[in-house]
Amino acid sequence: MGELLTVNMGPQHPSTHGVLYLELKMDGEIVVDCKPHLGYLHRSIEKIAENRTYTQFIPFTDRLDYLASMNNNLGYCLAVEKLLNIAVPDRAQYLRVIIAELNRAVSHLVAIGTFAQDLGAYATPLFYAFRDREKIVDLFDSICGGRLTYNYMRIGGVSADIPARTEQIIKDFIAYERKQLIEYNELLTYNVIFLARSKNIGILSKEVARSYSVTGPMLRASGIKWDIRKEEPYSMYDKFDFDVPVGANGDSWDRFKVRLDEISQSLRIVEQAIGGIPEGNPVSKVNRVFRGTGEAYVRTENPRGELGFYLVAEGGFNPTRCKIRSPSFSNLGALSELVKGLNISDAVCVLGSMDIVMGEIDR
Amino acid sequence: MKNNDILQKIKNKFPDLSLEETPHGLVIPKTALLDVAGFLKIEMDFENCHCVTAVDRRDKLELIYLLYSTSHHFMLTLKTFVTLDDLTVETLSGLWRSADWLEREVYDLFGIKFQNHPDLRRIMNPDDWTDFPLRKNFTRADFIPRPQSTGLKGPNS
Repeated sequence: MGELLTVNMGPQHPSTHGVLYLELKMDGEIVVDCKPHLGYLHRSIEKIAENRTYTQFIPFTDRLDYLASMNNNLGYCLAVEKLLNIAVPDRAQYLRVIIAELNRAVSHLVAIGTFAQDLGAYATPLFYAFRDREKIVDLFDSICGGRLTYNYMRIGGVSADIPARTEQIIKDFIAYERKQLIEYNELLTYNVIFLARSKNIGILSKEVARSYSVTGPMLRASGIKWDIRKEEPYSMYDKFDFDVPVGANGDSWDRFKVRLDEISQSLRIVEQAIGGIPEGNPVSKVNRVFRGTGEAYVRTENPRGELGFYLVAEGGFNPTRCKIRSPSFSNLGALSELVKGLNISDAVCVLGSMDIVMGEIDR
Repeated sequence: MKNNDILQKIKNKFPDLSLEETPHGLVIPKTALLDVAGFLKIEMDFENCHCVTAVDRRDKLELIYLLYSTSHHFMLTLKTFVTLDDLTVETLSGLWRSADWLEREVYDLFGIKFQNHPDLRRIMNPDDWTDFPLRKNFTRADFIPRPQSTGLKGPNS
């Protein structure tokens, strides 16, 4: 081993997906040690939660995992509802599931597009993914008025009913996206260059994944069939029929494939839910300001893994403590283990396949 | 598997331990933390340290570990209290690797010092900071807390 060279990757680097700074110790092209430095996007959201009422905090959850704002809204609202025993109308439950699953599908599309971009498939897959995402972003725009930070769900329901044509738009999207998924499969999945770059790169074993508390598609790619939607169903997930895709090796390619398969499962859930939306008023009837006591922990399956909210209330209008257990934070912990001994270009591949969002890591 | 069964098994293993069962988790003295956690991981199959966090209870800090066991399908909330005059507690990063970063986060935000931790640095805030921002008495010249919304009256107030 010659003299080690320190390479600073980030905080401004296109393949670190935000502002992550990796301090890499290199022996030639080989990564010997990797030290992630976090905190460049730290906004102290947990402290802000202690100074806001429960309802006022919902827009801040949008800014955690900003590619899956609806899922964050859902997790937070479920936590407050568990803390205070608030009932949710059936129609709102269905709308929440539909919208969360659509958001999961488009979040995975972005993950796939940026991963292909990181591997050198310049622009085309990313533009395809964003073209599809645009349809759902437009739909969310018509539902709640936002294109990235939605602030749609409310404690005890949602903020507004869906517009009249929404069901038809979603049905059209499902039919369209199923065709597109076949195309992405042909374009990427068994592409020789794509396989050479991602197969057997960054293998995460089951034991290491469990030890680092890795969750979500990354855990399932390692061969562990674990999905909170199946194991501890929340909201309405026990009513729908869907499969949990798992990978065989736990390499970067498996993580990509699991996400691609999850998109079609999400579409399956949406298709079942869209036919059975009950009539009624989904708008929350809970007062905007209320007091609470007790503690509640709720975890939900976000596109990146298990998002948990630990709420502690001591009787005031604000929570005493709101801990956000973010999936990317725990997933990123396994990075230094995965990239040791790889080429630096493969380290980019591993990081891309982990699909981190810095907004929820730094909080 | 319920809290009660786990409580009973820990009692059988550590007869002189003062345990307290609350609706929101199992409270153990901090001196026994490493032993109990090791027992839970190795003999009770709690292979996943899901989350580590703390709550400032003003006179003391409450340290919370969420441990999960896939085989029992059970999430255990393990709690311990740390007094302000002695902020040290034994690290669990030797048992679960996920505890490494989660404990660094608790150190960064609350100032609880985890002994024998391999790399106890601040994880989010700058290294040269001396404050612990999630403490209730946190104050800085450039930090303006939002006025408390006590003027609002809800129906259940």
